[in-house]
Amino acid sequence: MNIGIDLGSRAIKMAVLQNGELVNSKVVESSFEPHKQASEMVSSYNTIPVVATGYGRHLAQKHFAQQVITEIKAHALGARYFFPNCRAILDVGGQDSKVISLDETGRVVQFQMNDKCAAGTGRFLEIMAASLGYSLQEFAAAAQLSTEDIPINSMCAVFAESEVVSLRNRGHAAEDIARAIHLSIAERLTSMLERLGIQGDVVFSGGVARNSFLPSILEDKLGRKIYIPEQPEIVGALGAALHLHKQKPAIAV
Amino acid sequence: MSEQFQVKSDLDLWAELDMDVERFKNVPPTLTQVYKDIFLSQENRPESMAYFDEMISNIYTGRIQEIVDAKKAGHPVIGTFCVYVPEEIIQAADGLCIGLCGGSQATIPDAEKTLPRNICPMVKSAFGFKVSRMCPFFQALDFVYGETTCDAKKKTWELLEEHVPTHVMEIPQMKRERDKKLWVEEVKDFKLEIEKMINRNITEDELKAAIDTLNAKRVSLQRLNSLRHHNPSPISGRDMLLIQQIAFYDIPERFTDKVNQLCDELEIRIQNNNVVASKETTRIMISGTPMALPNWKLHNIIENSGAIIVNEESCIGTRYYKDTIETDGQSMDEMLEKLTERYMKIDCSVFTPNDDRIDQVIKEYRDSGAQGIIDYCLQFCHTYNIEAVKLREACEKQGIPFMAIESDYSPEDIGQLQTRVEAFIEQIQG
Repeated sequence: MNIGIDLGSRAIKMAVLQNGELVNSKVVESSFEPHKQASEMVSSYNTIPVVATGYGRHLAQKHFAQQVITEIKAHALGARYFFPNCRAILDVGGQDSKVISLDETGRVVQFQMNDKCAAGTGRFLEIMAASLGYSLQEFAAAAQLSTEDIPINSMCAVFAESEVVSLRNRGHAAEDIARAIHLSIAERLTSMLERLGIQGDVVFSGGVARNSFLPSILEDKLGRKIYIPEQPEIVGALGAALHLHKQKPAIAV
Repeated sequence: MSEQFQVKSDLDLWAELDMDVERFKNVPPTLTQVYKDIFLSQENRPESMAYFDEMISNIYTGRIQEIVDAKKAGHPVIGTFCVYVPEEIIQAADGLCIGLCGGSQATIPDAEKTLPRNICPMVKSAFGFKVSRMCPFFQALDFVYGETTCDAKKKTWELLEEHVPTHVMEIPQMKRERDKKLWVEEVKDFKLEIEKMINRNITEDELKAAIDTLNAKRVSLQRLNSLRHHNPSPISGRDMLLIQQIAFYDIPERFTDKVNQLCDELEIRIQNNNVVASKETTRIMISGTPMALPNWKLHNIIENSGAIIVNEESCIGTRYYKDTIETDGQSMDEMLEKLTERYMKIDCSVFTPNDDRIDQVIKEYRDSGAQGIIDYCLQFCHTYNIEAVKLREACEKQGIPFMAIESDYSPEDIGQLQTRVEAFIEQIQG
């Protein structure tokens, strides 16, 4: 058995592998001491080696994890588990978004991260949904109802919020604004992917992949098929577990 | 060594220089700790690094006293911000050329009371050092010699002038014949300005001697850098960056001797396979914008992630010493011409076109035995940032792993940078 744990900004994800197959997984919202939560999550598997990834990976290593790998490598490994031929990954998480291109063998060729601001992240969608009084599910559903095109210029969460306020005050419907926000975030993610010069279809991972509207606009903009794993949140954790599985002899249990 | 190391203080000297002593007295203890953590925690450093540790220990005291004494003895003290300002001419006038402070987050809030926030952190930091009276070098000098390399700098000089006499030399942005003519004229004007300060003309012999002195300094750094390219590395990237930073405020002759002494030691270390990293350690080269003292952020992140830095294609790096001045010029005009030719070879991204730099980066990558390039761009440095596009294309064509990073001096992005750097190392290791 192998365990991978992904200590992200908003959630902690765990994946358990047996003979290279995913047998268990868990996602919890992260709190103030993520390493304690994480160590509790893996505690019932106390003799099994753990590989940590995500922002909290070094903290986890300090306390319980045997090895660390970056989110980039973890996503590359995890995405290939679900889609063995995939060459490009788009991961949109709570506080960052990243795009990764792979060669035929699954090696990382290039990656880019958007990590210095909330633009193009789950957090951005949350703030925008809240400013329209929607839950995340309602937000995507409302956007799908609209056919109106209003441009949103600002990708800064702070400025976009005031832009939304002024759009509302000009009488635009909430659905139309919701659609505009989805389009603008898709625009940003598309340009990140295109900058990387990706090939083939794209695997979309991270919590934001559950959004019911974004994947279809991304497909339109990119002209490529988007694949979403059944559990898009656990791709990183799964990749971390796979890392150890692939280099078995490294750590004796 | 580590226990005793201390960045020294001299409150009287600082008061004499009209510094903000109350605020500045907190700086040496902070720097002491940072320096211990980043430099003195390294294992198996070359013994000759002791001199450079000493230079940091004396950075706000002994070295400042030397400058103050030189000034009292009538030597001009000129502060600069760019490798385009010809220091040979300052040296010929028996003057001191000091590369000024601009590598700290601490004075950026001071600068942002006046300057826009969205400009280069080096310019903001430097301006902040002056307005807050937090840099003893800035306080000790006669005047600043600025240049017109980038927009942020040239417009900031207009504001800096209110706080310290600031001269500006025009650096053209293309390298055609007519630009060269302008440049030679600017160099001649620069010489006249310096001569005005010392109330006499610089002689041919003086300039010739100064060219020899600074050629020797640049050659010593070339020698050091090529020794450092040995795999496995005999010296860390952090120590190399430090030496290249100290090059901007030390006395040239003394510095050259100490660098050569270190080179002698490294030759022996290489023979005895006494090295600071294993042959398997991932070798990274840095390209891009300068890292002014005490900006050690990226080097620290990279080397703490288990890689070693083997080259800096940077102003505080090879751009400062890759070229020397040809010494076949005899008359004053010939020497100034040769000098200008050397300065024109510096390949800053403010020039267009600037394809020589792309070739130079690839050449240094090959020479240094690096396995990947991290291009470092100070935030809002548009010319380097845009040039990274061409650099990336060239690297892709040649199969060189390349990653561009844009950052400032604040600690807020250290976690993210660490992730990127580790992922880049994973990518190289495959």
